[in-house]
Amino acid sequence: MKDSFSSRRITITAIFIIVGIIYIVRLAHLQITDDSYTRLANKNALRYLTQYPSRGLIYDRNGKLLVYNEAVYDLMVIPRQVKEIDTNEFCSLLKITKKDFIKKIEKAKKYSTYAPSIFEKQISKEDFAPLQEKLYKYEGFYAQSRTLRFYPDSVACHILGYIGEVNEKTIEENPYYKKGDYIGMSGLEKSYEEILRGKKGSKITLVDVHNREKGSFQNGMFDTMAIAGENLYSTIDIELQKYAEKIMANKRGCIVAIEPNTGEILCFVSAPYYNPNLLVGRVRGDNYKKLSDDISKPLFNRVLMAEYPPGSIFKIAQSLIALDMGVITPNTGFGCDKSLVGCHNHPSASNVRDAIKMSCNPYFYRVFQRVVQRTNPKTGKIDSKYGLSQWTEAAKRMGFGTRLDIDLPSVRKGYIPDTTFYNKWYPGGWNFYTIYSNSIGQGEVGVIPLQMANFAALVANRGWYITPHIVRNFGDENKKTKYTKYSEKHYSLIASSYWDIAVEGMWGVVHEAGGTARRAKIDDIAVCGKTGTAENIGDDHSVFICFAPKERPQIAVAVYIENAQGGGGTWAAPIASLIIEKHIKGKVEREDMEKYYIETNPCQPLPLKRKIKTKKK
Amino acid sequence: MDRKNKSLLRNIDWSVILIYLILVFFGWVNIYAAVYDGESSEILDFSSRYGKQLIWIGASLLIALFVLVLDPKFFSQTSFIIYGIFLLMLISVLVVGSETKGAKSWFGIGDFGIQPSEFAKGATALALAKTLSSVTADFKKWKTRITAIAVIMIPMLLVLLQNDTGSALVFCSFVFVLYREGMSSYILILGAACILLFILALLVNQYLLIGIYFTLILLAYLFLRKKVRKINIWTFIIIFIGSSLFTLAVDFVFENVLEQHQKDRIEVLLGKKEDFKGVGYNVNQSKIAIGSGGVLGKGFLNGTQTKFNFVPEQDTDFIFCTIGEEWGFVGSSLTVILFILLCAKLVKMAERQRSKFSRVYGYSVASIIFFHFFVNIGMTIGLLPVIGIPLPFISYGGSSLWAFTFLLFIFIKQDAQRQELI
Repeated sequence: MKDSFSSRRITITAIFIIVGIIYIVRLAHLQITDDSYTRLANKNALRYLTQYPSRGLIYDRNGKLLVYNEAVYDLMVIPRQVKEIDTNEFCSLLKITKKDFIKKIEKAKKYSTYAPSIFEKQISKEDFAPLQEKLYKYEGFYAQSRTLRFYPDSVACHILGYIGEVNEKTIEENPYYKKGDYIGMSGLEKSYEEILRGKKGSKITLVDVHNREKGSFQNGMFDTMAIAGENLYSTIDIELQKYAEKIMANKRGCIVAIEPNTGEILCFVSAPYYNPNLLVGRVRGDNYKKLSDDISKPLFNRVLMAEYPPGSIFKIAQSLIALDMGVITPNTGFGCDKSLVGCHNHPSASNVRDAIKMSCNPYFYRVFQRVVQRTNPKTGKIDSKYGLSQWTEAAKRMGFGTRLDIDLPSVRKGYIPDTTFYNKWYPGGWNFYTIYSNSIGQGEVGVIPLQMANFAALVANRGWYITPHIVRNFGDENKKTKYTKYSEKHYSLIASSYWDIAVEGMWGVVHEAGGTARRAKIDDIAVCGKTGTAENIGDDHSVFICFAPKERPQIAVAVYIENAQGGGGTWAAPIASLIIEKHIKGKVEREDMEKYYIETNPCQPLPLKRKIKTKKK
Repeated sequence: MDRKNKSLLRNIDWSVILIYLILVFFGWVNIYAAVYDGESSEILDFSSRYGKQLIWIGASLLIALFVLVLDPKFFSQTSFIIYGIFLLMLISVLVVGSETKGAKSWFGIGDFGIQPSEFAKGATALALAKTLSSVTADFKKWKTRITAIAVIMIPMLLVLLQNDTGSALVFCSFVFVLYREGMSSYILILGAACILLFILALLVNQYLLIGIYFTLILLAYLFLRKKVRKINIWTFIIIFIGSSLFTLAVDFVFENVLEQHQKDRIEVLLGKKEDFKGVGYNVNQSKIAIGSGGVLGKGFLNGTQTKFNFVPEQDTDFIFCTIGEEWGFVGSSLTVILFILLCAKLVKMAERQRSKFSRVYGYSVASIIFFHFFVNIGMTIGLLPVIGIPLPFISYGGSSLWAFTFLLFIFIKQDAQRQELI
């Protein structure tokens, strides 16, 4: 039935079609052009759970555990999903105040309302159990299990180091790390970070609007397993380490022991030290502050970072360099002329061996004079610069003034002065008389305790050393890996016959009348050593390097006791002998002596007062 | 089978019935998906919503069959009685009805409830058709116009009293019917202009807006003066004054007449408010669900937003989210196309009616379905404010499905026997 308005069906149909087109265009925009909705949908329904791998364990040389992991729990929060909850109950479960609660929530919101952030970290297993039962009541909260490091024997803090949360800078530089992750901050934890940490995995779970887990996303197709970190098998002997720490408990200084023919570090103590368990978990922050405020610097790794004057132990190096340069012979003698440099009372040395044994300062003054005041073959004139540069090279080949590539971070080079240094230091010119202090290991020479122990190993090996290291190998029990750089021998290029002279002198130091370290003598073990007494701001440092037995040495030791009145023979030498005895015999038979050196603290109290002049041995 | 029934089967427009069946089936599939929460569920679980919907679909098919075999004259003859019954029901629901989501629009019978306002639209369509098709009716006369408007306005106001603004707005869809029957085009244009001015008044400072109107109307006058010989300056002045007063009134109406949730929904739509956790939550989640569907969708039962209840009301008013997420652009645009096809088809069918009753009724059916479609999908894709009315044939709910089945099949029956109806 047509009527006058039947054409209006076109208008009406047109309106229908226009609306349809608008809607389809809109749908095309939402679903095809604009992909932000897919992202938002994933944010709604997918939760990425990081699967943290367990960090590798660290063993001592006999397979005893030095570090293991223990489970703790991080309570995570997604602020957007937090609903009305019983705050009182929640706070009492977490042992926090309501004020803390509000503060933590605000902090989390500031980070993101959508993304999870840590609400309370490292809740111990014991504290977590009651919370876990009620966690379902608190929407927006969930727990993530983490592991913390624990140290069963509470020793070797400076070797093992510690882990801590990554900082912003590391996160920026290395995308592997996310906020809240742990990373090795020092020690082996830092240097072997990539081996220890393993590989994080991730698990994608679906969650509904109430944040309830709804199973895995696409049957776990995009999930990745965490790969556990690899274990480290260290060279440390935990018994020796414990013993050395026991001795150093009340002292300041270092003990480093190396197995000479492998370069393996047996013990490594920098005192004062701290209990590594103090820098773990929630107590870490407070303890760290206490330790870093401590005037005796327990966080400072003296073995690697303290550039001490070596004192008289450096005379061994001087003898070897001079003999090798040919400026003296094994039988060269110099009178003990105290007008040149101070000395103690002893007969004049008629050969190198005796000079070492008696540690005669004027003798080595003369030796160093001959080393430095050399005739330059190019000009035919006596040229201190020529002599010194030859000397610098030789000293560096002995591991001084160069970075020993140990597998620990922050190792210092120490310092061996060279011509460039003195040219700068003395613009008006310099000669032997300006630098003679180096002859007896004072002056500009700086040596870290590790280099001292390495030098003892070098002498023990009669001319070569393997870079000292802490980790023998790592990885799978059956398929361990080893760094090749720790099997390479470094030769110091000094003729082999001269080493025996040094060794004999060092044997004399301990075993002969007139030797400076008679207290280091052990029955049945031939100990070779050299004392040192290093001048500094406070009382002299007491230094001793040694190795034993004389033939086929098993251990090289450096002991450095800060500000210990009495010199190298009084403190460092007997302590080193205790370490040797403990290592070779397995127990110490000299019980009275052991008790005395454990109980007595010779170190001048801090802060140090500048003392007046002392003489050197 | 006698001859009459044979001719009925031959004359029925099967294409409309096909679209109806597709929409109902597709609706059920999506209700199942919306209720599904990751665990496998029994299809014939009649305690679940998809199970119940299955019962209602079954009942709808019976209703359809019943309407098809009924004498087509039955509805035209009893239209005022039906209209009267539903007016009474709308009144009584105000007294004894139960309240759901702030609207008092339900009769509760045990577990099942029935919503008279859903059926009132169809009853109104019948009454309007009857009014306009009477021998004395003439849309040029004020009497007819007022009667027609009263027929529409009475149930509309009753629904409004139930606090069911969405359902009340549906009665506006009759404007298409009135337009087809002779209502002045200016009213349609005026209506459109009012909506535009309303939106502009909310978005732009009202005094600035009045300035803009003044400039535009002045320019139009100066431009037209040269082209059209006879031009009345007063028309322009009245348009200017009218639009200015309207603009000033919008602020007042918005602040004092609309309720807070209505203001919020309009502000969210216009982008003046962005509160994804509060009033903007529904629309934002709805857009996320639809938008994340992509071209092909995530697949049946794989919609994370749907499955895990991020979208509220997702089996009723927001069912289109499920379609958008699981069936993607392909599924959702096909749904839009099906609705437009259905409405256009209904208009075409209405035009071929020999009886004026059937034509008016046909237009009413098309307009009501279109309006529901327009508002519902417009809301889920963020083009219209949130107005809670179901998507015809697809949304979960017995009353809605039955009412639309009645509505549609009465017309299909009329159409099938259009030769016999004059």
